[in-house]
Amino acid sequence: MKLIIAIIQPHRLEKVKEELYKAEVNLITVNEVLGHGRQMGVTEYYRGVKETGNLLRKTRLEIAVNDNYLEATIKAIIKGAKSGETGDGKIFVMDLQDCIRIRTEERGKAAIG
Amino acid sequence: MLNMVDTLFVLFSAVLVMLMTPGLAFFYGGMVRRKNILSVLMQCMVTLCLISLQWMLVGYSLSFAPAKGFWGGFGWFGLNGVGFSSCNDYSSTIPNQVFMFFQMMFAVITPALIIGAFAERMKFSAYLIFALLWSTFVYDPICHWVWGAGGWLRQLGVLDFAGGIVVHTTAGIAALATTLIIGRRKGINHIPSPHNLPLVVIGTGLLWFGWFGFNGGSALAVNGVAANAFVTTNAAAAAAGLSWALLEWIRNGRPTVFGIVTGSIAGLATVTPASGFVSVGSAVIIGLLASVGCFIAIAIIKPKFGYDDSLDAFGVHGIGGMIGTLLTGLFASKVINAAGADGLFLGNPKQFLIQLFAVAVVALYTFSVTFLIYKLVDVFFGIRVKEKDEIVGLDLTQHRESAYTILE
Repeated sequence: MKLIIAIIQPHRLEKVKEELYKAEVNLITVNEVLGHGRQMGVTEYYRGVKETGNLLRKTRLEIAVNDNYLEATIKAIIKGAKSGETGDGKIFVMDLQDCIRIRTEERGKAAIG
Repeated sequence: MLNMVDTLFVLFSAVLVMLMTPGLAFFYGGMVRRKNILSVLMQCMVTLCLISLQWMLVGYSLSFAPAKGFWGGFGWFGLNGVGFSSCNDYSSTIPNQVFMFFQMMFAVITPALIIGAFAERMKFSAYLIFALLWSTFVYDPICHWVWGAGGWLRQLGVLDFAGGIVVHTTAGIAALATTLIIGRRKGINHIPSPHNLPLVVIGTGLLWFGWFGFNGGSALAVNGVAANAFVTTNAAAAAAGLSWALLEWIRNGRPTVFGIVTGSIAGLATVTPASGFVSVGSAVIIGLLASVGCFIAIAIIKPKFGYDDSLDAFGVHGIGGMIGTLLTGLFASKVINAAGADGLFLGNPKQFLIQLFAVAVVALYTFSVTFLIYKLVDVFFGIRVKEKDEIVGLDLTQHRESAYTILE
């Protein structure tokens, strides 16, 4: 089992969701985060006072998958989120120790899908 | 002979109407995606500043200086001769300057209404020039035709109590023209996509409140016509808001907040030309027809044609203004307003034809001149923001500000 965390551009979310559904990955958690990678933040002005280096809005996805779905999920995220410019985001993959579905108390592989 | 009660009443009405433009800003601002709310608030606020100045310099003269012809000319340029004495063509009991001030707020909100059509994708600099040209070459001449002393539609006998033609038809048709040329928004998956409905409700409250000044104040005196306009305005808004919610309940299974406020605004826009000419009973019927008409335009016709009138400036104000102007030709009654006329239902079919003719002429003129102005601004300055800027949002790219933060 793997846990995938992806940081993507907010406006790419719909596209990524579409690709994930095509890859039959339907269970995702999404939240909004602020981040700062290679892409510089934006400069804002408030009553004439300049503020630089503000963090940019990003969208963070969490997807838990069984190993056989890993590559398909990564491909789907890339397909939906890649524009080729700085700021497209990152995908992190980590081992997942366990997974429990609260309703049925199922554990492991069966609980993910 | 100046009357201080009338003068005070019109001054009070003018500040009510002034509040409608910030109200409209919230009404529209809540409807856009959150990356664009400031751009909408900014467009509304700058209209208040810009057109106030345009109006004092040249707009009032072009609209209301007594003259026959295309517009009022430059007799009152820079408010020359517009002082504390009355202009009897408009009202003998209030100073000309007070009338100018009252009408200024109408001139301000009209171009601001169009913002709903191209929200979330127009360059700010281009909007400034567009608004200035549109006010000068569309609003001011039409205002003169319908309301100005010597205006040809006024002499023809058209009835437009508070701006069904001058404000709502012009803004609505301009909205249709601009939305057709500018094209759909990028990256929008469901239309509409309001990010903050409570703001839309605040905006509606301010608009409804201000509309009493808009319609009631248009009587320009404390009299029976003014009182009738207050009551008809509220009656139509109430009937339209409630019936819109019921329509949704029947058609979609649930009444919505967005629906009830949209209906109320449709009712207010529709009753505007009629408010000083029709009875309260007629106003309720006008409100019902407003919500049915605008509901069909927004929920059925718009999706079929696929144009992206982002915030339904045409669907609510254009359709409402035109329906209202035509209905005035049916329901108008001299019992309510002796200075008006009887409509078709009181045996005067000619009035309906006059109303129809006026709407058609104004719609045609507005559509073509708006089209020209748009193309002109587009050629010289470029109207639409770059695709990348549109995706990031207008708040950051046009104004370098953001409305909301996630972290402190």
